[in-house]
Formats: sequence, C-alpha cells, structure tokens
Amino acid sequence: MDFEFDDIQIEMQDAARQFALKRLKPLVAKMDEESHYETSLIKELAELGFFGILVPEEMGGIGIDSLSYVLIIEELSKVCPSTSVMLSVHNSLLNEMLMQMGTDDQKKRFLKKAAEGKIIGAFAITEPEAGSDAAGTKTKAVLDGDNYIINGTKTFITNANIADVFIIFTTTKPEAKTKGITAFFVEKETKGFSLGKKEEKMGLRASSTMELVFIDAVVPVTNRIGNENEGFKYAMKLLDGGRIGIAAQALGIAEAAFDEAIKYSKERKQFGKAICEFQAIQWMLADMATDIEAARNIVYKAAWMKDKGMPYSREASMAKLYASEMSNRVVNKALQIHGGYGYVKEFPIERIYRDQKITQLYEGTSEIQRMVIARSLLNPNR
Amino acid sequence: MHIIVPIKQVPDPESGAATIDPETGTLRREGASIVNPFDMNAIEEALRIKERIPDVTTTVITMGPPQADKALRLALAMGIDNAYLICDAAFAGSDTWATGYSLSSAIRYIGNFDLVICGKQAIDGDTAQVGPGIAAMLGIPHISSVRKIEEIGNDKIVVERLMEDGYDVLSMDIPCLITVVKEINEPRLESLKGKLRAKKAEIPTLKADDLNLSRDDIGQNGSPTKVIRIFTPPKREGGEILKGEVEEVVPALAQKLLELKIF
Repeated sequence: MDFEFDDIQIEMQDAARQFALKRLKPLVAKMDEESHYETSLIKELAELGFFGILVPEEMGGIGIDSLSYVLIIEELSKVCPSTSVMLSVHNSLLNEMLMQMGTDDQKKRFLKKAAEGKIIGAFAITEPEAGSDAAGTKTKAVLDGDNYIINGTKTFITNANIADVFIIFTTTKPEAKTKGITAFFVEKETKGFSLGKKEEKMGLRASSTMELVFIDAVVPVTNRIGNENEGFKYAMKLLDGGRIGIAAQALGIAEAAFDEAIKYSKERKQFGKAICEFQAIQWMLADMATDIEAARNIVYKAAWMKDKGMPYSREASMAKLYASEMSNRVVNKALQIHGGYGYVKEFPIERIYRDQKITQLYEGTSEIQRMVIARSLLNPNR
Repeated sequence: MHIIVPIKQVPDPESGAATIDPETGTLRREGASIVNPFDMNAIEEALRIKERIPDVTTTVITMGPPQADKALRLALAMGIDNAYLICDAAFAGSDTWATGYSLSSAIRYIGNFDLVICGKQAIDGDTAQVGPGIAAMLGIPHISSVRKIEEIGNDKIVVERLMEDGYDVLSMDIPCLITVVKEINEPRLESLKGKLRAKKAEIPTLKADDLNLSRDDIGQNGSPTKVIRIFTPPKREGGEILKGEVEEVVPALAQKLLELKIF
C-alpha cells in the first residue's frame, strides 16, 4: 500500500493551486455576484492545458492519470467550484466520450480542438420529465436519409452558453425505454438548435446552466455516438468517471470551508478568548477534519482504481455519495462556527455554503448513488 | 536570436523566510524560496519575444546551490527552451561583482547570445548591480528599468526606460542587455504540459572549472564588498501630539518646526 503521490501528481496539483490562487481567487466573489464567468480565464485555462487533462499527448492533451485529474479538480474547487464543474464536464464527459466512443472522423473533427480548449463541451441528459430516470427521455431523434431530425428540450445544462459541442441523449425507440436511447454530438451552429432560458441558481452562479431547445434540428448521421439505441450504456460508463470528478469537487469545497472555519475560529473572540479555545468549536473542527480525511481517501482510491484499470463503478458512486454528503456536513458546521457573520456575503463561507449543495444533486443525486451501490451489492455479477 | 535570462532564487517574503541572522549578519535561506519577481518578468518577456518574432531560442541560467534547480524548472515549465545551473562551492559568498563576473563567464561559455534579459534587481539584496555588471563584463551595451520593448529585430532593439517622471525611448544595437521592471508584463503561470516537460528535462551543471575561472576571481575571494554590519532599523517611536486650543497649538508647532530646522 502506498499513500504517496508521485512527482507528476504533485506538479499537477501545484499548477492547479497556482491558477486557483493567482487567477481565480481575486475574481470569485465578483463572478458569483454577477453570475458571469470571466472569458479571459477560459482562454488562459485552455493555454495552460486544463481542457485536455486526460487526453493523451499525441491527441493534443496532457495525458496524465485520473488521480492527477482529481487533485486538479480538488484544488480548483477550493477556490472556485464554477471553474471545476466547467472543466469536469468538458474533461470527463466530452473528451472521455470522444476517446471511448468517437469514430476516427469524430476524433479528427473534435478531439484535438477539445483537448486544447479551442472547443468546449456540454453534456445533456436531463429533461423536464427525465433526469435520474433516463427512460423518461422525450427528446426524439428520427432518421431521415443522412440526418437525424431532433425535437425536444433539455434542461439544467452546464456550460451551455460557452459550449461548442453538446453530447445529447435522445430516444429513437421510446417503447424500449433505456434501450432506445441514442446519443449524438451536436454542434453549436446546428440548424434548429438554440439555447433556451438561463437558470438563476442558488450556487455555482458563475457557471452557466441553460435549457437546450431542438426544433427539427438536423444532425448528420456522422455525428451519432456509437450504435443506435445504445446511448444509455455509454452514458452510464462515462458517468462513473464524472462522479469521481464531482466527488473531488465536493472534497475541495469542504476543504475550503474547513480552512475558513479554522481561520475564523482563531480570529473571533468571545468571552475574552478566541472561539477556537472552546471545546464546542474544537469538537466541530475535529469532526470536520476527520470527515474530510475519510472522503479524501475514498475519492483518491476510486481514481486510483480507475488508473489501475480495475472496475470502479461502485467505488465511484461511493466516493460521490460520501464526499458530497460529507461536504454538506462540513460547510454546515463551518457556517455555524462563523455565527451570524457566516450569513453575510462579507465572508466567503456564505458562497461556499451555497456552492456546496449542488454536489449532492448533479451527476446523480445521493439517492441515485445509493441505488447504484445497492444494485452492485445485491447483484454483483450484473 | 538567442536570449539568455539570468535568474535568482530568493527567500519567499510571504513565507516569513526572509530574516537576518543577528549573530552572523547574513540572510537566512533555509525557508521557502521563489524566483525573484523581477526575474519572472524577464522570463515572461523572453517568451513574448519568442512568440513575436521567428527563430528565437531562450535559455535561463542561475548561480546557486543544487536547490536552485527548482527555479530553472519553473522557467522551463513556463516555456523557456534550455537551462543551466551554475553550481560549485567555489562560488559561495559571491558579492554582486563576483556574481556578475561568474554569470558573464557562463553566458560567454554558452555563447551565441543576442540579448540578455535580467530583472531590475533581486528583492533580497536590492542592489540592481548584477544586470549592468554582466553587461560591462561582456562588453555590451545595456539599458536598465525597461518597461516596454517597442521594436526588436536582429540588429536593433527599441525600448522604453522607466524614469521617475515618465519614460525615455532608447534604441540600442544587439547584442545587448536589458533589465526589466514589473510594469513590462504579467508573468504567465506554468502550464500542465510545461510542468511535465520541465520535470523530465536534463539540466546541465556548470562548475568553476568548466568556465575556466580562477578561484581568486570568484566566490568570497573574488568579492571586494565587505559587509561591516547588517541591522534592522529601529522601529519609529510614536512622536508627539500637541493638544489644546488652536491658538496655543499652532505657535507651539511652529516653534518645534523651527527648532528641528525643518525650514
């Protein structure tokens, strides 16, 4: 057993930390307030290689392991989870889909540009009546010669306003439910495709979340991902990796909240001493640190299993479930330690508290993670 | 065009590492270190020239202990092509004269240079002597405190030199040396790919013998500077506050100013 990072993992973590502290920290409060992501940051993230973390070097990426990727997402999330979700969707969903399922032509058209951040990705499963239950997908694709004609609406789509390529899931055989789902790469300029309303969110406000509208959208057959009706399978496979990314994000958010709690509890004086000297606060800090440490181990282990080529679906769900629930407990205690000051925008914990909640909801709610875990326990051979 | 950037590793002021040992009067260097901030601007400017005109090679050098390797790797991660570590116990105790001499010898050894870019000064010694010293020892012209490169070609460079009350526009033949101020640019961060490349890079070490340097001219022996004493200036005391009615306070203040011979 080895709990040490290798040199490359340390370097990658350092690169992300530098970006987070030097570039994101000065802007994070403003971007949250204005619900807007600074375009210059996207350009710089692209130049530095953050859009091609897992893509091999010969395909234009950096080609490092999943554990390095987790460390990068964790570091960025300590300062700006809106940045980490943007990168998580792009790296673990668009790039991974291209690498796992892309045809040579699709890879040629999209992968190098995506790895260099010249095009940005989004991933769209959720619909007004489908989310956790993909069988409820109403967005319909009908083959018409060399094209599919797509109609429907997708909701809550991260990166919508900055994305150039959208992975969308449609039904091509509604009666077959999840066995009738077909996935496509849809380009921004596609005729009949447009962006709908922008969501006003509680947290992660710098990250855009929008509706996608398809009205007789014409998508060429060459943009179909894999085989017809097998899209659900591809999505599930991809989401295992995505869940590790969100688990790392939840971990980073919790660490940020913890750091704020430590700092505040040393500064704040009541009854003639710093509040960190009271046992009530110390016990909270001790529980928070222990909880974070447990999550860190489970998240890193899931990434390590992926890197080793081991089956990691259950561990990815466990990591996502534990880390996101843990981060909820930690931000809650961190805000409690701040007292009334935690409830005002002057202190970062107010934003961290709002940003945290989504980690228990997206890329599979905590309830869905428990379903996945339970299924794998009860039917280990599935 | 070949650009050489000499850099220095300095104590990180934010880590609290920059303190003076009261016994020996020397700078404690055991704490965290960073690349001298002005040298970061020098690295960045070399990279910008490389992006601006074709066929530019960039090289970074530093004189220091083996740990200074870290500073060179940072430059490589930012995009610099080559690095050399000038490292030998014989260089220990160098003042600005011996440092300038050793660095200029290393630059001659590396050879074929067109432009040397230094930071204006190092934030630990704060002398601003090494850059101009290198130029003098190499026998090339230099302009210090450059805030902008207006034009650069193979034969000539036109720069803006920062002055207290504005700036000068100056032209200089190449080969030459410039020292740069922080206003010239915002240094880029290390890229992921750059870090991977830097991690793997082989960095040659140059020793005093490689540069054919006599022990009399380098290190402590080659340093004419004698440090008599280093001390932290005493904290300023609180001063005196005159209290009372305006009619009393104003003449009292005037009297004190006269006594202090301020006018």
